This record gives sequence, structure tokens and C-alpha cells, in this order.
Amino acid sequence: MYKIDPTRTDLVEEFYKNPSGPHSLELARVVNLLRLLPMEERIIIVCTKPHAEWTLAKMPKARGDRMEYYDDLVFDDYDAAVRKVFQIRWQAATGVDPG
Amino acid sequence: MKKIMGYSSAWSVMPGDSLDVMVSTYGPDRYRASLVRVICGNDDPDFDVYREEEVAASFAGEYPGREQITISGSYVTIPSSPLVTGMGSFTIQAWVFPTTPEKGAQGLISNWDAASASGFALMIDDNGAAAMRLGDGRGATVEASTGKPLAKRRWHLVSAAYDAAAGTVCISQDFIGPQFEASTSASATLAVGFTPAMGSTQPLLMAGMPATHPAGRPAASHVFNGKLDRPRLVGRALSLADSAALGWDAAPHERETSVIAAWDFAREIGSTTIADASPNGLHGRAVNLPSRAVKGFNWSGREQNWRAAPQEYGAIHFHDDDLYDAEWDPDFTYEIPKDLRSGVYAVRLVAEDDEWYVTFYVRPSRGTTTAKVAFLASTATYMAYSNIQWTWHEHFGEVAECYWTTMQPGEVFLQEHPEYGLSTYDNHSDGSGVRYASRLRPVHQVGPKTAPVWNINNDSHILGWFEAKGIAYDVITDEDLHREGVALLEPYSAVVTGAHPEYYTTPMWDGLKTYLARGGRMAYLGGNGFIWRCAMSEAMPGVVELRRAEDGIRYRDEEPGEYYMEFNGEYGGLWRRLGTSPQALCGVGTVAVGFDVSGYYVRKEGSFDDRAAFIFEGIGDDEVIGDFGFFAGGASGTEIDAVDFALGTPPHTLVLASSEGHSAKTMIVPDEIGLNHSAMGGDQNPKVRADMTFFETPGGGAVFSVGSIAWPGSLPHNGYDNNVSRICENVLRRFVDDTPFTMPAA
Repeated sequence: MYKIDPTRTDLVEEFYKNPSGPHSLELARVVNLLRLLPMEERIIIVCTKPHAEWTLAKMPKARGDRMEYYDDLVFDDYDAAVRKVFQIRWQAATGVDPG
Repeated sequence: MKKIMGYSSAWSVMPGDSLDVMVSTYGPDRYRASLVRVICGNDDPDFDVYREEEVAASFAGEYPGREQITISGSYVTIPSSPLVTGMGSFTIQAWVFPTTPEKGAQGLISNWDAASASGFALMIDDNGAAAMRLGDGRGATVEASTGKPLAKRRWHLVSAAYDAAAGTVCISQDFIGPQFEASTSASATLAVGFTPAMGSTQPLLMAGMPATHPAGRPAASHVFNGKLDRPRLVGRALSLADSAALGWDAAPHERETSVIAAWDFAREIGSTTIADASPNGLHGRAVNLPSRAVKGFNWSGREQNWRAAPQEYGAIHFHDDDLYDAEWDPDFTYEIPKDLRSGVYAVRLVAEDDEWYVTFYVRPSRGTTTAKVAFLASTATYMAYSNIQWTWHEHFGEVAECYWTTMQPGEVFLQEHPEYGLSTYDNHSDGSGVRYASRLRPVHQVGPKTAPVWNINNDSHILGWFEAKGIAYDVITDEDLHREGVALLEPYSAVVTGAHPEYYTTPMWDGLKTYLARGGRMAYLGGNGFIWRCAMSEAMPGVVELRRAEDGIRYRDEEPGEYYMEFNGEYGGLWRRLGTSPQALCGVGTVAVGFDVSGYYVRKEGSFDDRAAFIFEGIGDDEVIGDFGFFAGGASGTEIDAVDFALGTPPHTLVLASSEGHSAKTMIVPDEIGLNHSAMGGDQNPKVRADMTFFETPGGGAVFSVGSIAWPGSLPHNGYDNNVSRICENVLRRFVDDTPFTMPAA
């Protein structure tokens, strides 16, 4: 199975420049992998004010469970929230914080 | 985060109708209600096209808020009967197929009154084992358990016999699963120690235990996940052998004179009626849409159609997240004024800093029209999608949608409140597919200002375009077409679809096809249309049923042997697999799906044919069409359709334009391929394209199709002044001209 090379900071830079894509083939593979992390480990984006404010949360394990919010992470730009999700999931997948 | 939600008693109304509006607040003790006409519901500030118009309404004003409680879970209720409450010795049994035996106590068959500890409760206990509870009527209870968990998704005959003479209760579970698996059969006998009080005033419930809703009406608790088949009640204590014989007997009341009730779920499939086959007639009803027409414990596999072998489809599958009607109390009623113009409307509810739109559709009075163009709102599709939660339940959700899970406030509410039910894209909590979706509950993602922009919110780009271009239109809905057929459409010169008319009942299909054959005109301004056959029910209005048979873009699998729909016995699945493909109706059918990048159209030879000249007036020969728009910057995207003459595209169809610029993640749909291969994506596969088509009909009508869900999202670009808008206007102006179209020479 494909594994992310944590030294590929060029892919991180490419994503941060253009989070919504389209991406290079290599970055597309990375994005796919980060989107396939186990559900219970996924950090997701939650819109708190329509079109204006977002935060991050941990996906609850079961239906009906409350969201676990990252209260200290508040974004007024959606792409900034996406970059943070990418950063956190990259670290979860590789053990290395891409910064 | 949600502070207010609501729903209405109907989606389609006409002047003179009454519309009940139900509202719940979550915290605020006041709210305001007003009426708006929805002109364009997409409120993305970067797009700047949102438009609503406040309309004076009799109900407008401030109201006290209160929370209205919703309880999900399907069950059967049988009215209390002296035949039950007067029992001495008795045996209760059913075939049981538990799908979540581990979830805790679940009622199987019970008239248990917890307050007085009277009645009985055949149940699954906290250990997942079959159990029987009895009480002395003064608070003391005894519970006999087999002590062995039932096997998940395996059939067992569960029986409990109370022997008054011996003062004992015997509980048993007989496993009839595959012969290579360990048996979970077990039984136990317990001395009761008192004379059970049978005088429960509660109804007899199956798949739950009697409870009272906070609003005071009867309800169920401890709802069961799984299937029940052949529940029986006998007025004497049967031995284990006699009980097993009774369980296998298709008509026990013909031989066993002590039978009190022998419910036969194979009778009255398609209704809420639960029939007792015994002479006692202890009939009842099913609540909250459990799944009927499902395989019974004795299903042989020799027959796939429940109508051909009803005796093998005698089970009902219950789910703890089934929901038909939330049954909230109305807050107010809106009498639709005689002079209210046809359109899409919403009751705007505001509580503190939160708001909610209860969207509904006003058609002209029956038999009248107020415009030459009818916009056909895809309400069957809106229902099918209502309260969709697939993307955050499904491991492959993000790679399918090409996005990072982003939950809107309403979706967070759904995650935290599963009692609001699911969509036909989801799986129940026990993993089985959801077949029914109801509008008689608050539904997210169906209204203005909803995200992602889908359903009526995407369709309202077309309404906004109508308004910008001064094109008069009436609004009609799928439910109207289902009920009235071609008579609904015939008065109109042209019908305009929404962006995604995906789900069609047979009466809808027949009505539209007949309209076109008789000279009607249709502008299909979307993609992935006319794909799945669904069903609606007179007995249970406000619901679509879906069986996702065989293949197609299926977000959930369908249970083998259950491809025939409950509501009408029709075979479910893709219209294409039924031999009636969308290509034969509108020229194009779905070929690909992808959400990351949208494409644009380039003109093809057909666009230069004289027959198509009116469509391309003002469009340059080399002009790229729709390289802009709300959906990833293009008019061809998300779900796209193309011609297929082998599947029925009329041979004289002109391919006017085809799309380019699709990405590797826009992939061929499963119904287009026999196997996966290494050229599935739009960057390499020439079949990944949308075709814009036009053809005339012998009756003087015509059909124009664009084959892309993204198309309407391009209409508002540049103040509705662009080539997507121009092409649509060219088409509509000609379609409302009553001069017949003529067929091309052969």
C-alpha cells in the first residue's frame, strides 16, 4: 500500500498553495490516503457560522455522540481550515508535523 | 448549534389548501415566522446570487417556542384485548433475526406495563439472550433468560411458555443458522414465584416495549433491530417440541384450538396493516415504516419476487432509526390564498441568531395554469436525499466526494440526533440499507441557504434565471405528476426539469413520456436524471421507497432477494436495467460522476444543423460554452450524461455539444462498465463527457438536454448574461412558441 514520504515537503507546499486542487498525481495520492484514515481518527471541519466561520472536530465514534471540538481552532477562511486538517492528518499518517 | 427547525404537512399545495407548519425550538422560548418566495437559494457570498422576496402572510408574527420531541424506531402495535389480558397459561413465540443483539434490552413481543409490573415481555436482554419477563402487578418481576446470546443475523425460533399449574416459565431459542456454525440454541425454566398479573392496559407491541411519548401519545421504547416472522400467541403452555412444531406450521390456528393470534406479515404488504390470520382478528398496524416484503426464516431462494411466494416473505425488518412521521403538533396553519402566485415558497423561522426554512411548492389550482412553462420540482429526489448522512458514516465518503468532511450546523444536529432519521443513501444503525425517506419530519439539505448546494437549492438557480429573463413559470412537483400523470403536464407548452431529477415512479415516467409523445416540449437542465425507479404509496403519503437492485451508483448495497418494492410489487433498480433507459426519454443517460473539477462544452457537428440553429443564435462557432459556474468552475460536472444510441437515444438526435476538461477523479459509473480498468477517469476515458442534445418528436414536440448537474450553477454567471443562459433562453423562447416542430426527413 502507498505510504507518504514525510520528507516530501514539496507536496505539503503544493497543497498549502492550492488546497482545492486539482493536484499533481503524487499529491492526489497523498490526499486520497489522508481521506482514508480510519473514521474514528478523522479530524473534520465543522461550519459554525454559514460561510463565515469554521472549526475542527474529531469525528464521533457512534451515531448520536457529541462532536469533540477543537475550541482553540477558529477559522474565518475555509481554505485555512482545510490546510489545518491536512496538517493534522499528515502528522497522524507519518508521525511528522509538516508545519 | 441549531436553535430552530420545522416541517410542513405537505410540500405541494395549491390555492385554497391548508398547510400545517410544525416548529421546534432548542433553547429559545420565542421565534418569528414569515413567508418568503424563494427566487435563488444559493447564499454563497462569493457567488452573490441569493434572492428571496418577503410575502405578506396571515401567519406572520411571533410565536412561543418549545421543543417537540421526536422518537424514531419502527414497531407493530396491536390494541389491548381481553383475549390477551385474560390469559392464564400461554405461549408466545416468533422467529427472530437479530441484527444488533449486543445493543442492550430490546422488546420482541410485549404488552409490559412498567408502572404496574404487569403483562409480559418477550425480549432480548442486556446479554443478547432471549428472555421473558413477568410481574406480579405490584412491582415484583421475574425474568427468565436462556443466558446465551443470540447469533447476529441468524434466525432463531424464540418461545416463552408460562405454565400456570406448574408456576414456571420456560424460555427457549432454537438456532436455524448455517449448519457449519456453532448453535446458539438454549433454553431455561424458572419458577415464577407468584401469579403473574396479566391485566396490562398497554397495547401489544412487537419490536419494542410500550411507552408514552412526552406529548402523551403511545410510543415504544427498547426498539428492536432485526427481523420478526410469524409471531404467535397460544392460550396454553406448549412443550418445547410442540412449540417448535407450531413455529413451523404455516396455519397453526387450523390445528391448534388454543391459538389466540397468528400474525401473518405476508398479508397486507404495502400497507401499515398487520393482519392476524386467526379467527380472533387481533389486527394492528405498523408504525414508522419498518421494511416489509423481506425474506422470512423459511426463504428458499427459489423465488425473488415476494408476490410470487408471499409465504417466504413473511418477515418485517425493524430498525431503531426508522421514522415516518415525527408527529409534531402544528404551530400554525397557513390557508394558501387564492391569489398567491405559483412558485417555491418557504416559511422562514427565526429564533435568536438561528433560522430555518420550511420549503413548499405552490402550484396553480388543479386544471388551471398561469404560464406556458412548468418547472417540475424533483420532490421525489429531494425526499430520497433528505437527511443524508452517508459522507460522514462511510469510510470511503471523502474519496468518493473528493472533499474533506465539512459538516454544516444542521448536519451536526443530525449526527447528535439520529432520531430524525436517514436518507435512502444511508445505512441503518444495524448496517442494513435505508429504503424509505419521508418528508414528514424536519429535513436538512432541502431548502434555500443549504449546503452543499443540491436539491432545490441548485434547482433554484433555474428559478432565478426565469426571473432574470422574465420567463413566466408555474411550479409543479413530482408528487403531483405521480398522482395526475400526463393531465398535469398537458396544458403546458414546455416542462423544465431541475438539475437532478434522479428518482421516478412508474406513473411519473409514463406521464412524462406520454406528454412528450403528444407534442410536449422538455428542457432537461440537469444530469443523472430518470435513473432509479422508486415508488410512492397512497397508504403512506409523503414517502419514497427505493430498492437499489443490481448495480448503479449505489451508496449502499441492496439485500439480495429483496429487489421488489413493498409499495407496489415492482422490481426496483435502474430504469436502464428495466429495459427503459433515460437515453430513450431524453436522449442522454448518466456516464460519469466526479466532484473535484468541472468541464466545459464545445460545439459539435449537430449544433450547425439547421434544425438547431435557433439554439445557437448569438453563440460563436468556436465559442466555448460554460467554462464558468458555481460547481468547480464549469457547466459540465458532478454527474454527467451522454448519448447511447444502443440504449435508446432516438436516432435523429443531434449531439449539439460535448464536454471536455474532466479530471481523473471524474469516473465512469458502475452501470457503464462490466469491470474496473485502468482508464476510468475523465483525463483518459473518452466516454467521460456530457452531451448536449436535441430531438423533435412526431407529435410536434421536442426535447433539449444538457446532461449535467452543474449546468444550472452556471446560469447566474455575469448577471445571468452568458452563453449557458443564452442557450437556455433560445430553447425556452422557441419551446413556448406553439408552432409544431417537424421531424427531420428519414
